[in-house]
Amino acid sequence: MSRLADKFAALAAQSRTALVPYIMTGDPQTEVTLPLMRAMVEAGADIIELGAPFSDPMADGPVIQQAAERALANGVDTQQVFDTVREFRKTDNDTPIVMMGYLNPVEVMGYETFARRAAEAGVDGLITVDMPPEEGEDYIAALREQGIDPVFLLAPTTTEERIDKIAAAASGFVYYVSLKGVTGAATLNVTEVADRVATIRQHISLPVGVGFGISDAEAAARVSGCADAVVVGSAIVKRMAANSGDTGKIIEQVSELLASMRSAMDAASEQNKKSA
Amino acid sequence: MKLLGAQVVPVESGSKTLKDALNEAMRDWVTNVDTTFYIIGTVAGPHPYPAMVRDFQAVIGREARQQIQDMTGRLPDALVACVGGGSNAIGLFHPFLQDTDVAMYGVEAAGDGIETGRHAAPLCAGKPGVLHGNRTYLMENADGQIIETHSVSAGLDYPGVGPEHAWLKDIGRVQYVAADDKEALAAFHQLTRTEGIIPALESSHALAYGVKQAASMKPDQSIIINLSGRGDKDINTIAKIEGIQL
Repeated sequence: MSRLADKFAALAAQSRTALVPYIMTGDPQTEVTLPLMRAMVEAGADIIELGAPFSDPMADGPVIQQAAERALANGVDTQQVFDTVREFRKTDNDTPIVMMGYLNPVEVMGYETFARRAAEAGVDGLITVDMPPEEGEDYIAALREQGIDPVFLLAPTTTEERIDKIAAAASGFVYYVSLKGVTGAATLNVTEVADRVATIRQHISLPVGVGFGISDAEAAARVSGCADAVVVGSAIVKRMAANSGDTGKIIEQVSELLASMRSAMDAASEQNKKSA
Repeated sequence: MKLLGAQVVPVESGSKTLKDALNEAMRDWVTNVDTTFYIIGTVAGPHPYPAMVRDFQAVIGREARQQIQDMTGRLPDALVACVGGGSNAIGLFHPFLQDTDVAMYGVEAAGDGIETGRHAAPLCAGKPGVLHGNRTYLMENADGQIIETHSVSAGLDYPGVGPEHAWLKDIGRVQYVAADDKEALAAFHQLTRTEGIIPALESSHALAYGVKQAASMKPDQSIIINLSGRGDKDINTIAKIEGIQL
């Protein structure tokens, strides 16, 4: 089993929801990433989503666009993302890492080389925002060959027919984009999200993560009621940008946010257990 | 655009060129997907937009094909159009694709010159990749990041090109060439003075190459150069470049 499958199985046994923070590699400065990854696990993160910068991040709102611009200005490339994961694995062999980026850097390296290097570094899953599963036969095969889970996005507009296609292509988990829009957009409607996740579960047996628009502990707790994983990106990246240059303060503020989300989510799942 | 009732929103992200406008159009589209159907004006982007925009633009080629036959009694020997995203070019070329005797030239922006790297000519000097939901020739660095383009004309300042042009290049049906800023500016002046028509800086690239090409053709041969836009919009740019006080 992959680290992702193991992690979701362990969490399910405890009726807990995974907390998945997203950070951009090398943002706002390169030396932050590794200690922050470790601190986030300490603060209650179960899985880390590690961003690989792209010059044209079409699915991202301004917060993560600017993070990508800073990372690129800091010279971050695909190899540096792999190197960061390899370093992280020296002290943490359990926490799954899902790399998230766009297709062109993967294309340039070639699917097989990319998958091999990612696996050697210790990457567990890959989200490529602009790779639709319909075009992804070779991509999926290359990842599977190396034991990396291809994670695909589902949108509020995804039809049930297409959910079935994605179910056939994905492993690890699927990522439900909780609103129509880009990352870091307006607050989401939890009732609508819960309805959609229920529909998705009729077609997909994999864990369902929910992200885009979850910005505080309350939202995280409410979404955790229907999701197997709660993904938080812009809310974290915003705090990092505000404390650019001060690694200690970034770690402190991000840890604080994650700890508050963790305890709100765990309290919510305790509540659910009692009412069940 | 405002006269037609549009709200014009300037792009503040990335390099603030055409590619960033496409990014913003995509972001707006995914946010307002229930009510938004048409997102970009060029033949790039995800399916079915390249095909849709081509079909709309193809009225250029259909009318040109009819008109030149009415005027000369036969098909032209060559077509020339500028290529940024490639909409006016595909519009002109498409109705002639089966006419194998008609040569076609797509003219990209060579900016300061292809050899300087400061250009917007992915078909002449780029590599295949994926951007904005289509696989096509792109200007990118070794890590797959899209690099900034340069051209005196904003409309050609795009690091990719419509995927149908990539295909037409690969099958050899259309020849893709480039004209640099200086050549385009010279052509701009030439048409303005000789015909009293101010061409857009984009179209001036096609003119520059068309005039060059015409010199190697016979007097009884004909050539269609697509004057895809008017230069009224460019007069301030020209004045700035040439130090003309307006």
